[in-house]
Order: sequence, then C-alpha cells, then structure tokens
Amino acid sequence: MTVVTALDSASLRSGHHARRGDAVFRWLATGAGALVFVVLGAIAVFLVVKAVPSLRADKVSFWTTKTWSPNQGSEAFGIAALLFGTVLTGVLALAMAVPVGIGVSIYITQYAPRRIATLLGYLTDLLAAVPSVVYGLWGLYFLLPRLTGIQLFLAKYFHWIPLFANPNNQASVFSKSVFGAALVLAVMILPIVAAISREVLRQVDPAHEEAALALGATRWEMIRIAVLPPSRPGIISAAMLGLGRALGETIAVAFVIGDLFKISPHILVPSGNTIAANIANSFGDADTLGRSALIASGLVLFVLTLVVNLVARYIILRSDTEERSAV
Amino acid sequence: MSTADASLGLRNQSIRQASLPAWSLAAVTVGAVLLSLLLFATTGFAGDADFLVVAVTVTVLAIASLSWVVEGKRRAIDRIATNAALVALVVTLIPLGFVIGYVIKKGRGVFGWSFLTHSLADTGPLQAGGGVGHAIIGTLEQVLLASAFSVPLGILVAIFITEYGGRRLATAVRFLIDVMTGIPSIVAGLFVLAFWIFVLHQGASGVAAAIALAIIELPIVVRTSEEMIRLVPAALREASYALGIPKWRTILRIVLPTAATGITTGVMLAIARVIGETAPVLLVAGNSNYFNNNPFKGEQASLPVYIFQNAQSSSTFNVQRAWGAALTLILIVVVLYVAARLLTRRNQLARR
Repeated sequence: MTVVTALDSASLRSGHHARRGDAVFRWLATGAGALVFVVLGAIAVFLVVKAVPSLRADKVSFWTTKTWSPNQGSEAFGIAALLFGTVLTGVLALAMAVPVGIGVSIYITQYAPRRIATLLGYLTDLLAAVPSVVYGLWGLYFLLPRLTGIQLFLAKYFHWIPLFANPNNQASVFSKSVFGAALVLAVMILPIVAAISREVLRQVDPAHEEAALALGATRWEMIRIAVLPPSRPGIISAAMLGLGRALGETIAVAFVIGDLFKISPHILVPSGNTIAANIANSFGDADTLGRSALIASGLVLFVLTLVVNLVARYIILRSDTEERSAV
Repeated sequence: MSTADASLGLRNQSIRQASLPAWSLAAVTVGAVLLSLLLFATTGFAGDADFLVVAVTVTVLAIASLSWVVEGKRRAIDRIATNAALVALVVTLIPLGFVIGYVIKKGRGVFGWSFLTHSLADTGPLQAGGGVGHAIIGTLEQVLLASAFSVPLGILVAIFITEYGGRRLATAVRFLIDVMTGIPSIVAGLFVLAFWIFVLHQGASGVAAAIALAIIELPIVVRTSEEMIRLVPAALREASYALGIPKWRTILRIVLPTAATGITTGVMLAIARVIGETAPVLLVAGNSNYFNNNPFKGEQASLPVYIFQNAQSSSTFNVQRAWGAALTLILIVVVLYVAARLLTRRNQLARR
C-alpha cells in the first residue's frame, strides 16, 4: 500500500515535469527540422539575389555567350561553353566509371569470399576518402604526363570519331584536356557508384540466385537473369548520384582542365572548362561584379545538380513503391 | 556461396561435361605474357602500362577461346564475365595504390616535425623549409567549428525524423536532407560568400569556411544518426516508457547512448569527408602565410587551400611543400578512417 502511493506521487511529480520537458524537446527537434527548410531556401534565395547584379550588367546573352570576362569595364560573359564542358566531362566520367563500378560490385558481392569481400569493400571506400585536392595534384603531376601515349594512340587510330579528333595535328602538346579531367573524375566517382551498386546487388533475394543455379545456369547467366534485372533501378540511381557528384566537383577538375572557353567535341586536345573549375580558377581575379557573375554560374550548377539528384531520388522512390505494390 | 558451388559440382558430375583443368589458367597466363613480350619486342608497342593491358587482354581472350572449344559457348562467356569483373576490381584498386604511393613518394622529402610546426612566415617561395603548421591549425579549427555547428543540429534533425516528425513531415525533411547531400561543395561556398560576406559584410575568416563545411557535413550526420537511432531496439524504449520515464529523457538517456558509437563513427567519417574540401574554403576563408589561431577574425590558411595555391606555383619549393601538405592531409584522413573502423567493431548495434 505504501509502495503504491509512493510510486503514484513520484510519477505524478515527474508527470508535470515530463510534459514540460517533452514540449521543450519536441520544439527543439522540430526547430532543427525546420532549419533544414530554411537553409535550403536561403541557399536558393541568396544565390539568386547576388547573381542578379551581374546578370543586369551583362552586355551579351548569358545563355549563348562562350566568353567569360565579367569584371567591371568589360561585363561580357555567358555560361554556354562552361555548361557544355560541365556536362561533357560529367557524362564521359560516368561512361568510364559506371561499367567498372558495376564490375567491382559484381565481383565483391558474387565472386569474392566473404572475408576478402569486406576488405575489398573497405579499400574501394578508401578511394572515396582521398580528398579531391589530392586527386587534382596527382592528376596534374602523375596522370597527365602518362596520358600522352594513350592520347596519341587514340588520335592516331580513332581520329575518325569526332571525340578523338586532332584537328591541328598537335603532336606533343597534349597536356591539360577534357579527357584528363574526365579520367580523374571517373576515378573519383567510381567508389560512389561501386558502393551504392554493391548495396543494391546485396539486396537481391538469394532464393532467386539459387533457383537460377539450380536450373543449370552458369554463374554469369545467374547474374544476368537473377541479379541484374531487379538491381537496375538502384544501379541507375547510383550512376545519377555519381553524375551529380561529377558535375559539381571543383578542385580536381580545376587542376587538370585547360581553362578554355570553347565548345568543342575534341576531348584530347586542350579544350573546355567546367562551371565549378571556372569558379575556383577565376575567383582570385574577380572583382565584386565578377564574383556576382560566378555566383550566377553557381546558381546554374546548383539547378543542374538538383535536377540530376531529383531524377535519381525519383527512380529510387518509384522502384521502392513498385516493390511494395508487388508484395 | 556454398550452395552455388554445390549445385555446379553436382551438374558436372551428373553430365560429365568436358572442362578445362585447374592449371590451364596458369599455363595460358604464362603463354600470354610470353606472346605479349614477343609482340613488344618486334613491334612498335612500348611502355609498362601498355604491356600490362595487352598481356591481360591476351590472357582473357586466350582462356575464353580455349574454353569455347573445350567447354562450349556458355562456359566461355562465363569465364569472360568472371575475368571482366576481376579486371574491374584491379582497375579500381590501381588508382588507390598509385595515388597514395605517389603522395608518399613526393611528400616524404619535406615531411617532418619542423614541416608540421612551422608556417611560411619566414620562408619565401624560392626558399626551402617552412611548413604547414598554420594550415593544420586552420583546418582543424574550421572542421571542429563546422562539427560544432552540424553535429548537434544533425542529431536533433535525426531525432525529429525518427521520433517526432509525423509520417509526412519526416519524409519531407528526409527528402530535403537528400537534396542537401547533392549540393556541390562549391555552391555551399558561394552561398556563404553571398550571405555572410556580401550581405552581412563579414570578412573572409575561418568561421565563414566552417559555416560552408557545416552545410556539407549536416546531411551526412543526419543520415548516419538516423540509421543508428533506428537500430536501437524498440524493447529498450518500451522498457523505459514502462518505468514511467518521459519521452525526452528516454531519448537522451536510453536511445542516444545506445546509438552513440554508431553516431560517433558517422561523425568521424563526415569529418574525414569535409576536411579535404577545398572549394568552399578557398572562396570564404582566403589564405595566409602566417599563424592565425583566431578563426573568427582575419583570413586563415587551411591544408587544402595550401595545397591548391602552392601546387600551381612555378617554384619547385612550393610544389614540394604542396606534396608535403597532401601527405599530411592524407595521414589525417587515414587516422580518422581507421579510428572510425575500430569504433564500428565495438558497435554492438551494427553487429546485431
């Protein structure tokens, strides 16, 4: 009896206290959630507000002009060449990284013994841990000089493909190029693509794999009919997330791309630039108006990566709901 | 894995299909290497990397065609696929080795205690010596400040998503966090430039960089904390409620301590990710050759910006110092990674 009353009074006392504590804590957590809305909104608003002065001052068309001289006195700049270069390097990097990334994740999930698979997973993740500035440094001093042979080879035998053409027959001046930038980007997004598709491949129902093997399929046939089809949406979204990362990568590209404001499909010869790399490389020389113009280009990049990421999320979301409705 | 092997073995026995002996791969590899050597000796091919590519291609093609003849088309394609996956793995690991190996090779020369503790205050671009002490201080202060902003906030957001937000609000916030993950770091830098420096008229400083880094770090912290909080068994929570402990104290005393190891791991990985971020820091923290221990006032150097500025210099001394700084940065990241992995092993939630 005495125990019950003691408990009652204790819980009553803490009850009042608890309700206030709960309310405060709830508001704190809700405030933090709301702050995420605010930060994202602020990013969009401030980029737009600070991009406007330069866009007003721009004497040429922002969308079709290739040159970039936004500083006080010249005020002629456009996003055309930068946007083209950004998409080109991103897509090329993706074309190189995705097949390899899928191959690695297939090897790790389907072939490697479990213990080694964990180790290999760590190692590929470690590739993502290397800072981008180190990739840039490595690309500039290690990779670019060693690419000359491949570039000459491609230009010699595959010049009939516009991508590998060498219009002025430059023999030795293959230095900074879109090709080099795309290759460095490919190395950088490879671990992202590999990590996500590894997770996706791991989700496949083992019963399906065993069923395929039981029907007499070889290992590869099993992967082709039981593992890859259900993983397709996940792998596509992994590629899109990798693309989003490649489009926004700044410093590594700034090191190895040639800073040329041209629209040219010839990736082996010095050509091209990207939005992000241009921000890093021309920030130092930019006055207030120039910085405003860089913010305008950053806004374009923001929207571009936003669209790519939303498409990726949409693919994931749709495959999730499909799965749920199938079950 | 074992069921797969068993079923294959069974099939081989019952049908007795012709198959290549186990030593054939070794034999074909030796043959292919010899053939490639011959090719390189007699034709215009040259270079170690080229040789590797040619030898591997020849090996894969040879074993595939041999298998085609002996074992049939399906087994041959299977062998090609297996080898292709293996090649993809090797292609992935090669850059890792080359990047880390080359940074060690180039950075070792200048690396040392004096390099870690000195700034560039008394060292010109054309002199040897000097160091990255001021950049290490800057990087550590910026990253710690960024974590001081983003970690408490990120954990609160995760608590909101898992415990308080209704179904729709929680989904909305999680979606926005996903959107934030995709924001390029340079855009975060431009935002701080527009907001902090242009609108609020603050100067370039360490804290400006910390704000930009916090924007990048926040979604990573939220996602890992959310995952860890979800792993906390419902039984623990219910036991706490049954004892009459209010929700907020349950979260603070039961849920968070249980998830603490996992959250710490996530935070360390998030720090490892932002500590090498160059682009935003370059825009809003400026650079300096001197020690500036106050992140709230004046331009502040950091390791990534130090590397970026010195690497493109025409002075070989500056380039050497950039490599030394790259080695320092990689060592810091590796320490964070190893520590995070060791913590993961102690994480009882992840082990479940």
